[in-house]
Amino acid sequence: MRSCPARDLGRMDFAGAYALQQRLVALRKQGRIPDQLLFVEHPHVITMGRNGRAEHLLADEHLLARAGIAFHSTDRGGDVTYHGPGQIVAYPIFDLREWKRDVAAYVRALEEAVIAALADFSINASRLEGCTGVWTGGAKICAIGVHLSRWVSSHGLALNVDTDLSYFRYIIPCGLTKPVTSMRDLGAGAPRDKVIARLAVHFSRVFDIEVNWSRAGCLEPEEFVEETIA
Amino acid sequence: MIDVVMPQMGESIVEGTLTKWLKKPGERVERDEPLFEISTDKVDSEIPAPAAGTLAEVLVEEGKTVSINTIVARIASGEQAAASPPKPAPAPEPVKPVTVAPATAVTAPAPALMPAAAAAPTPVSIGPLSPLVRKMAREYNIDLSLLKGTGAGGRITKQDIEAYMSAQGARTMAAAAPAAPAAPAPAEEITPLARAVPAKARVEQMSTMRSKIAEHMIFSLRTSAHVTTVHKTDITRVARLRDKIKGQFQERYGFSLTYLPFVARAAAEALRTFPIVNASIEGNSIIYHNEINIGIAVALDGGSGLIVPVIRNADERNVVGLQRAIVDLASRARSRRLKPDEVQGGTFSITNFGSFGSLFATPVINQPQVAILGVGAVEKMPVVIDDAIAIRSVCYLALTFDHRLIDGALADQFTSKVKSVLENWSDQVL
Repeated sequence: MRSCPARDLGRMDFAGAYALQQRLVALRKQGRIPDQLLFVEHPHVITMGRNGRAEHLLADEHLLARAGIAFHSTDRGGDVTYHGPGQIVAYPIFDLREWKRDVAAYVRALEEAVIAALADFSINASRLEGCTGVWTGGAKICAIGVHLSRWVSSHGLALNVDTDLSYFRYIIPCGLTKPVTSMRDLGAGAPRDKVIARLAVHFSRVFDIEVNWSRAGCLEPEEFVEETIA
Repeated sequence: MIDVVMPQMGESIVEGTLTKWLKKPGERVERDEPLFEISTDKVDSEIPAPAAGTLAEVLVEEGKTVSINTIVARIASGEQAAASPPKPAPAPEPVKPVTVAPATAVTAPAPALMPAAAAAPTPVSIGPLSPLVRKMAREYNIDLSLLKGTGAGGRITKQDIEAYMSAQGARTMAAAAPAAPAAPAPAEEITPLARAVPAKARVEQMSTMRSKIAEHMIFSLRTSAHVTTVHKTDITRVARLRDKIKGQFQERYGFSLTYLPFVARAAAEALRTFPIVNASIEGNSIIYHNEINIGIAVALDGGSGLIVPVIRNADERNVVGLQRAIVDLASRARSRRLKPDEVQGGTFSITNFGSFGSLFATPVINQPQVAILGVGAVEKMPVVIDDAIAIRSVCYLALTFDHRLIDGALADQFTSKVKSVLENWSDQVL
C-alpha cells in the first residue's frame, strides 16, 4: 500500500490553496513527494473551469464583490462552481500512473469514496448518468472537477456539509439547471472532521493508499518534502 | 514528421475534446513539454509533446471532439523543421473585427525562402497602444498595421487614426470591414453591392450590433407564435405616489423615480404567480426558471441599436432597488460598459416604448423567453368610474406571448395580475 500524507488545512482562501496545489503537483511530478491528500474549506468563492461558460455565472463582479464572493478562473475540468464555508473541499494530488491511467476510473473512484462516506451518515447518494458528481434525490451534493498534468491530479471534489446553499443562486452549477443540496438539508448534518475522517477511510480503500494524518495547519511545500522524504 | 495523437485517457474513453493549444504552429517544443490540453468527463489534462521539434501542423482546432488516436498535430524534428514553413491551423477562428494581431501574419503567404523562425506567427509590431486607439480601431475596423505612428517612439495616436480615416473615406472603410484578413475578398464583395444600389444612395456596413439585432428579430418571429394582448391600466395610485415623493427620492438616491420599476415590481409578482410566463421551451420540454431575471430593453442613442440588460432576481428587489438597477444598467448600456453576462440569462423582458410616446405596440419576444411586456405612455384620461367621469392616469400594458406555450386566457390572467398590482398599489410601499 502506498503511503499518502493527508492534511486538513482548515480555512484557506482559494488562491492560496491553488498555489499550494501547483507546487505540490510540481514536486509530485519530480517524484520528490508521495501522493498527497488535502482537505480545505474556502471562504466564499466562485470558480470557473476551463470549459466554463460565462453565461453560467449569473452575477457580475460587482454583485459578487458586494456579496463578499471572490472569483477565480482555474484550469480544472468542468464548469462554474461555488465553494464556501460549510463545504469540505478535497484536493488529491495523486500520480495516477501508480493507480490506474484512466481519467474516467479516477472520477468514478472519487464518486465512490463520497457515496460510501455519505452512506456512513445514512445518506443514500448515487451517481447520475452523464452528470459527474454525487447526487441524492435529484440534487447535487458533491461537485467534481479535476486537472491532470502528466497523470498527476489536482483540484478534486467539493462536498456540501452545511453549506449555505443560497450562494449557488449566483451560478448555474456546472451548467446544469438542477438543484443542489447539503448533508444538513437532508437532515444528516455532521461535524466537519467526522465527515473528513470517513472520506479519508474511503479514499484509502478506493485508491488502495495508506492515509497518514499529518499535523493540521498550512505548511510550506518544502516542509512536505522534508517530512515525507525523511 | 512525428504524429501527435489524441491519447487514450482510460479504458472506457473513446474520444476527447481538444480544449487548448499551448503552442502555436512554428513554435519550438521540447519533449514532454505540455503541448495541448484536452477535456474528458470533468477532467482537464495537459498532454505533453511526444518528441522535441517544431510544431509543424495543427490538424484539430480548439473546441473539437475527436476519437482517440486521431492525429491532432505533426511535429517536425530538427532539419525538417527548418525546411518547411509552418502551416496555419485549419479552420481559422471566427474573424475578429480588429486585425491588428497574429492572424494577418499567419494568413499572409509565407514565402518559401523565409526560414521557419521568421515565418512564425510573430505579431505585426505596432508598439504599445492606448486604450483610446484600441477602441477606435475596433469601432472603425481599422487594421492598425497599415498605419504609421507619429507619436513618441512611433506609437499610433488618435490623430494618426483620424488622419487615416479621412484619407480613406467611407466607401473603403466599408470594404475593409469584418472579412478583412482574406486579402482578395473585399473587392469581390463590394462590386455586386455597389451595382445593386442606386447611384445616389449611401452604402454603409451594418454594425455588428445591428446585424445581430436583425438576426435575432427574424429568428424570434420564426421561432415563436407571437400574440399580443393589451390591457388598459389605471395607474393613478402609482402616479400620485410618484408625484408625492419624486422630489425627495431624487434628493436621497441621486436618480429620478420613473414608472418602470413599479411595472417591473408588478411583473415580478405576476411571474411568481404564473411561472409558465417565466419559462422557456427547449425541444419538447418546458424549462421553468427558478430565478426571475427581467431584461429591460434599452434604446441606444441615435438609433444605433437596442440592448436588453438583465436585472437578476428582480423579485428580490423593491422599487428603489429596481430603479437603481435600471438606471445603472441603462447608463452602462448607453456607454457600452455592460459585461457579457449582464445581457444574458434573462427570463422575461420589459420594453418601455411609452417613454417615446407610444400608446401601445406589439413587441417581439426576446428569445428564448416566452413573453415580453410593453409599457405604453402614461396619460391622463377621462375614465368612467361608477357612472361618474373621473380624470385618471392611464397606460396600456401590451403583453406579447408565445402562443406555443401560453394560452390566451393565461396571458390575460397574467396581464390582469400586473394591472391589479399597479392599480392597487399601497401608497406606503416603495
